Amino acid sequence: MVGFLIQRLLQAAVVMVVISAMVFVGVFAIGNPIDVLISPDVTQQIRLDTIKAYGLDQPLWRQYLTFITRLVQGNFGRSFVFNMPVLDLILSRLPATLELTLAAVLGAALIGVPLGMFAGYRPDSIAAKLLMGLSVLGFSVPTFWIGLILILVFAVNLGWLPAGGRGATVSVLGVEWSFLTLEGLKHLLLPALTLSLFRLALMIRLARAGMREAILSDYVKFARAQGLSEAKVIWGHVLKNISIPIVTVFGLEFGATLAFAVVTETIFSWPGLGKLIIDSIQSLDRPVMVAYLMLVAFLFIMINFVVDIAYAALDPRLRAGRA
Amino acid sequence: MTQPVLEVAGLATHFFTREGVVKAVDGVDLSVARGKVLGLVGESGSGKTVTGFSLMGLIDPPGKIVAGSVKLAGRELVGLSPDAMRQVRGRQIAMIFQDPMMTLNPVLRIGTQIAMALRAHETLSNAEARRRVAAALGRVGIPSPEERLDAYPHQFSGGMRQRVAIAIALINRPDLIIADEPTTALDVTIQGQILSEMQKLCRERETALIWITHDLSVVAGLADAVCVMYAGRIVEKGDVRAVLERPLHPYTIGLIGSIPSHNRRGVPLRQIPGMTPSLLRLPAGCPFRTRCPRADAACVNDIPPQIIDGREVRCVHVNAMSAA
Repeated sequence: MVGFLIQRLLQAAVVMVVISAMVFVGVFAIGNPIDVLISPDVTQQIRLDTIKAYGLDQPLWRQYLTFITRLVQGNFGRSFVFNMPVLDLILSRLPATLELTLAAVLGAALIGVPLGMFAGYRPDSIAAKLLMGLSVLGFSVPTFWIGLILILVFAVNLGWLPAGGRGATVSVLGVEWSFLTLEGLKHLLLPALTLSLFRLALMIRLARAGMREAILSDYVKFARAQGLSEAKVIWGHVLKNISIPIVTVFGLEFGATLAFAVVTETIFSWPGLGKLIIDSIQSLDRPVMVAYLMLVAFLFIMINFVVDIAYAALDPRLRAGRA
Repeated sequence: MTQPVLEVAGLATHFFTREGVVKAVDGVDLSVARGKVLGLVGESGSGKTVTGFSLMGLIDPPGKIVAGSVKLAGRELVGLSPDAMRQVRGRQIAMIFQDPMMTLNPVLRIGTQIAMALRAHETLSNAEARRRVAAALGRVGIPSPEERLDAYPHQFSGGMRQRVAIAIALINRPDLIIADEPTTALDVTIQGQILSEMQKLCRERETALIWITHDLSVVAGLADAVCVMYAGRIVEKGDVRAVLERPLHPYTIGLIGSIPSHNRRGVPLRQIPGMTPSLLRLPAGCPFRTRCPRADAACVNDIPPQIIDGREVRCVHVNAMSAA
C-alpha cells in the first residue's frame, strides 16, 4: 500500500508539471492582458513600464521559469485585476463552490442510487419505466434552461425561494458557509437542484444497470437459496458489488462539477469559482486562470486518488494485485 | 421403507414467454427418504435444474409452478407465502450450485457469507456465530478454519470454494440438499473428494440429497435411486443399479450407450440421433419418439408411467422390451 501511495504521488507530480506547462502556454496564447489592463491613451512610457512590472517583456520560457520558481515557494502570483494573492482569492471562493457541488453530487447519489436500484430490481413496474423516462429528460435538458425555469417558477412566480446569491453565511474555522443557516439553505436549494438533475439521471442509470446484472448472478440466487430476505440480498450482497462504477462516476462528476459549475453559478450569481474564472478569462487575468486550472488538475488527481482507495476498500480482489 | 422426507407429485413448472409456453417441467413425481441420495439425470435443457429451483420456490417470472405438490416432511410447500417459503429455504432445503467461482459473493469475506446464511434463520451473538461458522468450515475439510474466516473467495481454489458452499448448505442442518451439478466445474480428483465428503456428511446427519447431474458415472457411485429426465418429464425411475445395468426406456438405453468406454476402442462412439426437441414445440405423445429407434404409431398417445420390476418407465413398448 505504501509503495502504491508513493507511486501515485510521483505520477501526480509529473502530471502537475505537464499541466502547468500546458496551461501556461495555453493562457499565453489567448491574448495580451496589457491591452485590457491599461487604457489605450496612456503614454508609451507608462505602457512599457507596466509591461516590465508584470514581467511580460520576458520570453515565454523565462516567464514560465519565474512562475514555476515562485510556485515551488507556494506563491501563485498576484491577480492583475483584484491586486491580491491569487491563492487567497481562489480559497475565498472555493467554499461556495464546494458546498454547492457537494450538495448537488451527494444529493444526486443518495437519491439516484436507491431509485436506480429499485428500477433495476423491478424493471417492468410502471414506476421504473417512469424513472427511466425522466432520467432521459435529466440527460437531455440543458442545465441553463433548467436553472432559468426554476428561477421563473420558484423565485419569480411563486416567490418561495431567492433567485440568486448565497444569503447569510456562518463562519466556521475562518470559512464562510451558507448551508448552516436557513436562509443560506434556501439560496443553496435551486442552484444545487439545477446542478444535480443531470447527475441524478446518471446515478439512476448506473445503479439500474448494475442491479439488473447483479440480480441475475449466481451469488444472488445462492443467497436467496440460503433463505436470506430480499432486503439482506440487496443491501448485504448486491450494493457492495455494484458500488465500483458508482464510486468512479461519483468521483469524476464531483471533480467536473466543482471545476465547471460555471453556467449554474453565473445564472444564480453564486459567488463561486466558476464566476471567478469566467471573469478572469474576460479580463485576461493570467495568474488567476493558471492557478485555477492547476487547482482543477490537482483536485482531479486527488479525487481519483481517493476513488482508487475506495476501490480497494470495496473490492478485495484489487487489494491483492497491489501488494 | 421409511417415510420419504420429500414427496413431489405432478409438479409442473411452465415459463410463459412471448413465443409461447415453455413446459420446462411437466408432471414430475419423485421422492427421497432421509439419508438417501437421488440422482436426477438428463441432458442440458431436460428440466433438471428447473425442477431443483421449483422445489426451492425460486422460480422467477415468467416462470410459474402451475400444478403439482411438493411435500417436505409432510408439509405442503406449493402455495406457501413468500416469507414462509423463505424460512424453508436454507433451513429445511438447501441448494448447492454448479460453478463455485460464481456462487460466492466476491466482495464479502467467507466468514461473513456463512454467517449471513446462519443468521437468516437464527439470532446469534457475534462470538457464537463465528464459532459455529468456523466449526462448519472445519467439518467440510478446510484446514485451520479460524484463520480462513477472514479470507475472500478469490483467495480460495475452486474446490475450496465448493466446500464453502457445502458448508453454507449444511450449516442450518437442512432435511434436504439439492446439489445442482456441484462437481462439474471441478477437476476429477477434487470431484472425488467432494463426492465422498458429501456422501459422508449426508449419511451422518440423515440428510436427503438430490444430486442433479448429466454424468452417469457420478450417479453410479453416489446415488441410491435415479430419475432420468427428458423434455421436462421423468422417463425412467428406479433403483440405481437396476436402471444403469438394465435400462428399459429407449432414452436411458441411448444415454448409457453413448458413454465412451475402453471396451469399444476404435469403434465410432454411439450417439442418440437428432436433437433435444424445443420445449416450445414438443411433439404430441411421447416427446422422445422423434429420436427413438422403437417409435411407431402407438407413441403418438401419451401414456402414464408403467411400473415394471419395481421401477417406473414411461414408454408404450416397455413390456415388450422387458420381456426381450
